[in-house]
Amino acid sequence: MSEYTLDARNSLCPMPVIKTQNKVNELEAGDILTVTCTDPGALNDIPAWCRINGHEVVETCEHGSEVIIRIRVGDA
Amino acid sequence: MSKPRKAVALISGGLDSLLAAKLMLEQGIHVEGINFYTGFCVEGHTHAIRKKDKAKPKRNNALWSAEQLGIKLHILDIIEEYKDVVINPKHGYGANMNPCLDCKIFMISKAKQWMEENGFDFIITGEVVGQRPMSQRKDLLPVVVRESGIDDLLLRPLCAKNLAPTLPEREGWVDREKLLDFSGRNRKPQMALAKQFGFDDYATPAGGCCFLTDESYSKKLVDLWQARNKKEYELDDIMLLKVGRHIRPAPHYKLIVSREDGENKFLNGYRKQFSTIEIKSHNGPLTLVDGELSDDDFKQAARIAARFSQGRDADSVNVLITPLDGEAYSLDIAPMPASEIKQEWYV
Repeated sequence: MSEYTLDARNSLCPMPVIKTQNKVNELEAGDILTVTCTDPGALNDIPAWCRINGHEVVETCEHGSEVIIRIRVGDA
Repeated sequence: MSKPRKAVALISGGLDSLLAAKLMLEQGIHVEGINFYTGFCVEGHTHAIRKKDKAKPKRNNALWSAEQLGIKLHILDIIEEYKDVVINPKHGYGANMNPCLDCKIFMISKAKQWMEENGFDFIITGEVVGQRPMSQRKDLLPVVVRESGIDDLLLRPLCAKNLAPTLPEREGWVDREKLLDFSGRNRKPQMALAKQFGFDDYATPAGGCCFLTDESYSKKLVDLWQARNKKEYELDDIMLLKVGRHIRPAPHYKLIVSREDGENKFLNGYRKQFSTIEIKSHNGPLTLVDGELSDDDFKQAARIAARFSQGRDADSVNVLITPLDGEAYSLDIAPMPASEIKQEWYV
């Protein structure tokens, strides 16, 4: 298992989802990806994308204007 | 046992593509969705930049559709490739800058490529014959099939009975008798089918799902091309056309004046790419300035920006001007009276 980060700040939906999708596609099952966004809609969309594609959202939180989402990559 | 067939569904986030995919799932077909992001897509989040729209749910309707269906969704970034569709549409534009027929051909050809790369058997769409004036006219549907190269691997479940059987129907992968014969602009059959499947809260975007069908947006895009004297754009250009008041007091420069706090925050992210004007003595908008301006131009621009601040009726307003490649400086100016702001300046 490895830890990765993704900077998806200053991009509007659906770009944070697309960036997350493309990064996750490069990772192995069990890897952890931490995505930082500034579009608050990512709090809904990235978890939705994870649910339908078999990945787990470990944690979501907000720091000021930033949204941080930690994802455990599934084996789907 | 026969091989399970796999269909790739073009999921826009609207009701028709949701129903088309559901009809295939009901027939036991393995369905996965693809959704294309062109940069011109009307997204809830883009609207949500503006504070007045914050009560609307922030959701991506294509993801919502996929979740309702229980299928995977692949969102494809086609921003770069799509430029040629917008700039050089072989079949021309619709009522505004919408190249709907070229767009449909392009998307079907991209879906075909994805289908082949991922081992899928055919494509489905939520198209309904006669529903849209350009891309879904019965005489133009064969043009989409021919020019996309998809041949008879494109199935339109909602109106299939109005069309010749496709390969999935002829081969018995899907039961044609269970497909539908919708046609025209009447939405009641789709709404009844949605109710039958238990779908509610589906997206009903007024004015379509693409900014290029919007008259005001299209005018701003044409203005951008005229000002640059060439038809080209980057993603930031077309995002900014969705935000703020666009005012062109002279051919060589344009102001983007935020309308409220949400837009202020969004435009703030572009400080490093544009000259800016901030109102310091009163509450007021952040203004991005696109173009190369003289000192007098900046003074005029600041007077216009001040017009949209709470100091609009004051004798003097203090502004901070930050040229893109220069030092910021403070200026006291008189806000421009509304009567001096010409209507033709508004893009």
